[in-house]
Amino acid sequence: MSLLEARGLSKRFGGLQAVHDLSFALAEGEMLGLIGPNGAGKTTAFNLLSGFLRPDAGSVSFRGRPLVGLKPHAICRLGLARTFQLVRPFPRMSALDNVKVGALARHAHPAAAAARAAAVLERVGLAGKQGVRAAGLTLAERKRLELARALATEPTLLLLDEVMAGLNPAETETMVQLIGRIHADGVSILLIEHNMRAVMALSHRILVLSFGERIAEGPPAAIANHPKVIEAYLGEEYVGTAPA
Amino acid sequence: MRWGGLAALLVLLALPAVLSSYAVTIFILIFFYAYLGQAWNIVGGYAGQLSAGHAAFVGVGGYTAAMLSNELGLTPWVGMFAGAALAAVLGGVIGYLGFRFGLRGFYFVLLTVAFAEVGRIAASNIDALGGALGLYITFTGDPRQFQFQDNRAYYYIALALLLLATGVAWAIERRRFGAYLAAIREDEGAAEALGVDTLRYKLLAMLVSSFLTGLGGTFYAFYLFSLQPNAVFGIPMSVEIILRPIVGGAGTLLGPILGSFILTPLGELSRFYFGQSGLYGAHLIAYGLLLIGVVLFLPEGAYPRLARALARRRARP
Amino acid sequence: MAVGLTLIFGVMRVINFAHGDMMVWGMYIALLLSRRAGLDPYVGFVISAVALFALGLAVQRGLVQRIVDAPHEMQILLMLGVALVLENAALMAFGPEPERVRSPLAASTIWLGPVFVDVGRLVTFGVAVLLTLLLWLFLFRTDLGRAIRAAADNPYGALVIGTDVRRVYATAFGIGAACVGAAGALVSPLLPFQPATGLSLSITSFNIVIIGGMGSLLGAFIGGLLVSVAESLGAVFLAPSLKELVSFSLLILILLFRPAGLFGKRAP
Repeated sequence: MSLLEARGLSKRFGGLQAVHDLSFALAEGEMLGLIGPNGAGKTTAFNLLSGFLRPDAGSVSFRGRPLVGLKPHAICRLGLARTFQLVRPFPRMSALDNVKVGALARHAHPAAAAARAAAVLERVGLAGKQGVRAAGLTLAERKRLELARALATEPTLLLLDEVMAGLNPAETETMVQLIGRIHADGVSILLIEHNMRAVMALSHRILVLSFGERIAEGPPAAIANHPKVIEAYLGEEYVGTAPA
Repeated sequence: MRWGGLAALLVLLALPAVLSSYAVTIFILIFFYAYLGQAWNIVGGYAGQLSAGHAAFVGVGGYTAAMLSNELGLTPWVGMFAGAALAAVLGGVIGYLGFRFGLRGFYFVLLTVAFAEVGRIAASNIDALGGALGLYITFTGDPRQFQFQDNRAYYYIALALLLLATGVAWAIERRRFGAYLAAIREDEGAAEALGVDTLRYKLLAMLVSSFLTGLGGTFYAFYLFSLQPNAVFGIPMSVEIILRPIVGGAGTLLGPILGSFILTPLGELSRFYFGQSGLYGAHLIAYGLLLIGVVLFLPEGAYPRLARALARRRARP
Repeated sequence: MAVGLTLIFGVMRVINFAHGDMMVWGMYIALLLSRRAGLDPYVGFVISAVALFALGLAVQRGLVQRIVDAPHEMQILLMLGVALVLENAALMAFGPEPERVRSPLAASTIWLGPVFVDVGRLVTFGVAVLLTLLLWLFLFRTDLGRAIRAAADNPYGALVIGTDVRRVYATAFGIGAACVGAAGALVSPLLPFQPATGLSLSITSFNIVIIGGMGSLLGAFIGGLLVSVAESLGAVFLAPSLKELVSFSLLILILLFRPAGLFGKRAP
């Protein structure tokens, strides 16, 4: 049985069909990449899955439970956590307190949650930044903090929205390794990413969206040379010119 | 810190023995407004939901206890809880409507103001509640009726109320509830994504806050022996309540108390001096200027600044 | 009369607590001009507008501008502070008694076709419509006006294309205050006022702006009509002391059911 299954998801904003009839499944233990040009509806799809938006049509099931109609906090508690594309740390709270909020979802006692948060911070390489206010961290650190917060809710499935955007190559490499380790620890991952190298290296399978619709799906190697994908990214005239 | 707090408490307990009656009155007002500020702080400071209509809860609490006492002879010692419960019901309604319909920032401020003003107009127009003149309580000096000959009794009650509210805020701060409120204040959407039931916690904060504020309404009624709709439900009352935690430091435990120790004597002085020369708006102008000054120069409030300064001094050899 | 006023409120789309108090100051300036200089408010409104423009500019430049990056709550508190100062300064300067500005125009009436009309109301309405028209022309037909609308829609975008956003905001705020000042002076012969009138005027303006949708002309017009009809009906059927109840109840209903206005886009 798949861990996450979306069927016929659609969402319209005024005249814009942001997501149209999107269906896909994600198996337990899988790392699925979600790519597509800007405005393809990737983040909207995330918002539909995590309860921040209600779909106009379609259904989502997670571990066999329907999610549509549940609020984001309830979905989080079921084990589906997300990060935001533009990181949203609690700016005036320390790194530890930020992560503690996530940990409190599983450990009602603040001391237990703080211990758990410290462990998660260490795991993402922010052990030395516990007491620093989130507003005082670098972008790369804030991205890892965002990841740590989501991780602290002990998810079965993690939705990562462009966690590499804005990072330099060295920071990207660290992040790729970190995501690899989190996945190796048994967390399934759905990854929106613009960094092709990273998404190709990490994903088992890739789903391509364009104008809200699924245009291709398959293993990374097949996607890289898929004519529809090249067309979506580069425009029609480039089809056939890509190196084989 | 703990010893400092204990010492301060002992001093406050002993103080009425040496203070003049006028000074005791000032302290009563300091404690009382610090109490209301602390109650507001739970929803306005910790949870960051700016209510500008907390006067409504003072009004509902005070009117309920006064009516129960005047009409049914029920002692305010019991009536105050009935008043607080009714205030909490109103707080629940306002909170539920505001949070359920997603009113944030300015819109939530407006909603709370509108409810308080509706309360003020209603109280002014219901004859059974004394209309625009308000309710009066006959002075008997009977402690069982929450009435005391000696000002010092009110001093200790106001101090007890302040300790109660501060204890509640302290307990909230240390629990998951407090961490969740802080997360909501910082970024509601992100909090929701981390498993925080934002609607539920905001509502809880509103219930606790309005209950405590309603309790304060009874104190107000039986300290002044009168309730006037414009005074208890009006916007100036809401401003009095908000101002102290904001000046002292919203969302901090000691902020409302520090704010009240700064503001209440200032307010009383300006009311006293300008009031004598018939210039009634003066203390509100002073409040307005202070609000502007705090927003511009001290947005966190005085307490966080003071705490940092003290910590620096201590760190120095 | 109400329609003309509401148009101005609606187009300006600044909602802040100082709004009504600025209008009251427009009224008191008209009163001073009329008492001290014998200037009719239908002329004096120009001076009210200029004075309020300066006040608006000063508030924006000196106060609001300093905290544009601060949380939204801070701006609310700031304007609450400004409102407190304005209202109580009026209270100290002019006292709590209701005032009314005398104007020979306001006292006369004419037959307009089959209806008997106050000249004062007619002039107020006419000038209000004229001001709205001018404002509309300014916002939609001049470069500065376009810049104001652009900055309101997307301050960052406006900054990117080289707009001096600070100057634009200051001008917009000043013009908003000037309109309110002019409106205040224009209604001063018709509406008795006192310092406390500021709040109820603010509430009326919130009602109109919110129901009308922020910045939509049609919305402002229809919103203004609805609000004034409701308030007039309230005035007819309820005791005078209950009249305000209508405005506040209306505000609650509007907030709950249409936070972004009937014709406006959703507010962030």
